[in-house]
Amino acid sequence: MKVRIKSHWPPGHIRTPAYLRGKIGQIERRIGLFNNPEETAYRQTGPQRELVRVRFRMADIWGARAERGEDVIEAEIYAHWLEPV
Amino acid sequence: MPHDHYDHEHDHSHEGLSPSGHPYRADNDTDLSYWQAMEIALRELLIEKGHLTAAQLHAQINAMDSRSPANGARVVARAWVDPEFKAALLADAGAASRVMGFDIGPMHLIALENTKEVHNVVVCTLCSCYPRNLLGLPPDWYKSRAYRSRTVIEPRKVLSEFGLELPEHMQVRVHDSTADMRYIVLPAQPEASLGLTEEELAAWVTRDSMIGVGLPQAPQ
Amino acid sequence: MTEFFGKRWHDMGGNPAGPITPEEHDFALWEKRVDALMVLTSAAGLMTTDSLRRVLEDMGADAYETMTYYERWIASIAQNMVEAGAVTTEELGSKIAEVRARGVTYGAAS
Repeated sequence: MKVRIKSHWPPGHIRTPAYLRGKIGQIERRIGLFNNPEETAYRQTGPQRELVRVRFRMADIWGARAERGEDVIEAEIYAHWLEPV
Repeated sequence: MPHDHYDHEHDHSHEGLSPSGHPYRADNDTDLSYWQAMEIALRELLIEKGHLTAAQLHAQINAMDSRSPANGARVVARAWVDPEFKAALLADAGAASRVMGFDIGPMHLIALENTKEVHNVVVCTLCSCYPRNLLGLPPDWYKSRAYRSRTVIEPRKVLSEFGLELPEHMQVRVHDSTADMRYIVLPAQPEASLGLTEEELAAWVTRDSMIGVGLPQAPQ
Repeated sequence: MTEFFGKRWHDMGGNPAGPITPEEHDFALWEKRVDALMVLTSAAGLMTTDSLRRVLEDMGADAYETMTYYERWIASIAQNMVEAGAVTTEELGSKIAEVRARGVTYGAAS
């Protein structure tokens, strides 16, 4: 399933790397529910969030700067950072 | 930005820095730095106030000292000789490591299998996440700006700096440890090691091969 | 200088950087103690990996360049313990002064 990482730029402790924001990838696997670091970093407790591993083609992240476009990056992204494509 | 020391006049940690403006390598016999004094003070206060005990600290330091790449090497060697264990490792590496008797605490571990077509390498671009509860503490270079910055954009160049040249047809998979999972690479077993015992094989598995910046090697 | 658009200093993926130097060192006792303090205070519910990192990030890029890894950690752990109410700044101030009066080396003061 294809997803896009939200291109959002809030302040604070964020686990979605900047280089992946706005990029499109495929869900590699769903891992389960975890505490949301964006809240626990500030001693807040909210609902747990689903964590998803997303696979990105290098070409889709870096364009012509990629060493080899068909190499991939995989990263864990919390579901509230994903949007449908 | 690196080594931009223009504002040391206002740096309250300057007592901990050498004349060149760099931190001393911390050790028992060096001058007591501000940060070392803070460690002692905080540790003693937390014990005095009942938040933790000296025995807990001692036990925790021993537990970390007992963790080393040798633990991961045993897991990899088991996977090379035991297909059922390998399947279990790839399904849930944390559970499989615990079955082997390793106390990895609450760590969630994923094993990444290298094949003839795929090479995996692990990085943490945001911080220094590492499977420390299995392999021990990460090497300094893993936490460096260079490794964290470059591995996601030019992994092949980074790997070549470690002496690992990958053929063009292989796919590189870079795993950025952004959240709750930790990763161990399951390297492909070298052909030259086929037929060896599990214990002999463990000596072939290097730390770097489990991070993905190296390959297993015959023991020296 | 490009205009800041929200990408913070610690978020390094894809940045230009120099060659990898294969540095390593054996951890000193005081570094192991800092590491153990992080693990134990987290287990005690006084902080989390996330709150450790939040403070490290807020310390800024200059701290990354001028302080060692465990120097940054102890700074963050201390701030977290104050936030958690486990210790006060007054207690820390007095204790640090007491520790420094004990001797000039880490071994002598601890």
